[in-house]
Amino acid sequence: MGGWPVSADVELEGVNIRFGPFVAVKNAHFRINDGEFFSILGPSGCGKTTLLRTISGFLQPSEGVVRIGGQDMAGIGANKRPTALIFQNLALFPLMTVSENIGYGLKVRGVSSSERNRKVGELLRLVALPDQGEKRVSELSGGQKQRVAIARALAVEPKVLLLDEPLSALDLRLRQHMRNELRAIQKRVGITFIYITHDQGEALTMSDRVAVMNAGVIEQIGDGRSIYDAPQTHFVASFVGENNGLDGAVVTGSKGGQISTALGLMTGQTPKPLPDGAAATYFVRPEAIRIAQGGEPARITARLVNSAFEGNSTHLFVCGQGETALTVSLARRDDIGDLTPGRELGLNWRDQDGLILARPA
Amino acid sequence: MKPLSAFLIFGGPLLVIAAYWWLAHRDRIRANDPNHVTFFQRNGGPVGLYLVAGVGIWALVLIVLPMLYMVDYSFHPKLPPAKRAGPEDYYTIENYKYFLFGSTRSTASWNVTHLNAFWLTIAVSLIITVLNFAICYPIAYFMAQVAHDSTMRKFMLLLIVPYWVNELLRAFAFSVIFGTSGLINAFLIAVGVLTVPIDFIGRDIALYAGLTYAYILMMMFPLYNAIEALDRNQVEAARDLGAPWWRVHLNIVMPFAKPGIASGCTLVFMLCAGALAAPLVLGGPKSLWFTPIVYDRFYQAFNWNQGSAYAIILLLTCVIFVMLVMRLFKVSFSEIAR
Repeated sequence: MGGWPVSADVELEGVNIRFGPFVAVKNAHFRINDGEFFSILGPSGCGKTTLLRTISGFLQPSEGVVRIGGQDMAGIGANKRPTALIFQNLALFPLMTVSENIGYGLKVRGVSSSERNRKVGELLRLVALPDQGEKRVSELSGGQKQRVAIARALAVEPKVLLLDEPLSALDLRLRQHMRNELRAIQKRVGITFIYITHDQGEALTMSDRVAVMNAGVIEQIGDGRSIYDAPQTHFVASFVGENNGLDGAVVTGSKGGQISTALGLMTGQTPKPLPDGAAATYFVRPEAIRIAQGGEPARITARLVNSAFEGNSTHLFVCGQGETALTVSLARRDDIGDLTPGRELGLNWRDQDGLILARPA
Repeated sequence: MKPLSAFLIFGGPLLVIAAYWWLAHRDRIRANDPNHVTFFQRNGGPVGLYLVAGVGIWALVLIVLPMLYMVDYSFHPKLPPAKRAGPEDYYTIENYKYFLFGSTRSTASWNVTHLNAFWLTIAVSLIITVLNFAICYPIAYFMAQVAHDSTMRKFMLLLIVPYWVNELLRAFAFSVIFGTSGLINAFLIAVGVLTVPIDFIGRDIALYAGLTYAYILMMMFPLYNAIEALDRNQVEAARDLGAPWWRVHLNIVMPFAKPGIASGCTLVFMLCAGALAAPLVLGGPKSLWFTPIVYDRFYQAFNWNQGSAYAIILLLTCVIFVMLVMRLFKVSFSEIAR
């Protein structure tokens, strides 16, 4: 795809996408760096696919600018953009062989058949499917189809590869394997990947950065660790990872904030200053909670309702004052012995593990 | 009735049934499936028997036997009923020869009138088939892939409603529209494009338009059904890989819709070549469609034997066309029937 700048930053500037009165994407404004593995994480219907289709050129933004490599993409169709899209259902061409599928993008560009064969062979090796070129798509397994879709998209040498939940149809083991593979392929070809998913495991493990999206709004962008450890909004805190949320009213809104909840006055961090009395939620992660041992003073006491053994950890479902449900995650080594329901437990956590975030109306 | 024709009429169907049974049997042996359930095991005795008898009688009595009668007829000379199967009856290819060379009394070496009508019918049917495809493909694609459900339903209704009107009436309506003092001529003269009306009917334009219109749905539905099943992502994937729109249709949509295209084309061609009402009503004084000639053999010349021969010639041509189309599109019968 000659003529395109070498750099492939993807830049969105004030992008709104509307379908009639419905706003699918609100004021998307961010920049994806060249060579980055960037994920957009959100529940289904949050507008992430719409955003992806806008970057790929199937949709035009109602307002705002999409730039790839500094070039405004307005009026440039999907077939003329330096992007390639991997569809959720892969959309391989069923009437073509594997090689024909991979070579299709080259064929429409008028690449000679010998050059095409060489390139297809190279790509088949890249995705570890040598000697499968003559097979029909229907003869392949799910994972193999996945690889063909990746090879087909890479064949046109896109500057940006867009992936729309491509792993969602695979079983768990294959999905985990393909995660590593995708990451490895991205490192090898070195182009920008924009990956759409509702699976936070995928987003957190593969990505350089993650954008968390909800109801058309990008709520937070950051690397996996910062998204998990320092959520900036109520939605991010409750959507990414497991979390305990206690609703309440802010008592002290700035530094070292305090909030009154059903379990009493709680102290935690306030990433954004909150007005006193505002509706907010106090978040504390299940793994941040410890069981008070032998006479240690406890922050709260709660009754054990149930427990679930999960292999590497054990989840305790406890019930505090006012029937407030909390989840506590115990690592394998923190054996606390008796797990009979009804047992009274003292629970502790550090103030810095608590987080006070404004609760949307 | 002579023993040969008796055998042809009553033995032929039995032979066909035996052949089908043998084919099915061979398939079963080839499949070699230990869990194979036979037709009667699957449907139960009474239902199975009913199905076999129903389909068998329908196919035999209503389709195969009349056809075979016609085949037999076409190889006999024209005789009054009393003399049939008598000593004056014999097998002959006279009726087929007549189609090619005309009456023995005529001086011309070929039966030009009938041959011309035949080739014209075939050629025009082919053109109308292509024309129908060209008209229907974009509409079918739009309805199946682009339009919203409500738009699609409106389109469908608009397409179907005209067919509530009788075929003959539609043909007459066309002759009214295309007549020298008809709607189109009146409009063109009023606008000032023409000073003298065009004789659409005399030039067969009305006939071609009428035939094209008459079988639009026969092309529309197979195409629509085929294209509708295409995953829209396929189109977008091709587009995303850089294909211009014509390549998307040529490489993705048309190959996928191939069975529908083949089925629509064969339907339109056969119906067109066999059309009777539209050519009678809309045909100009000079135009000769083949079906009215066949009709005349039966009911004007009262020569049923010759009429049968003519009908069989038309039928065989259509069958050959279907075979050719299937070969060309590389589709099988089961795909067309889908």
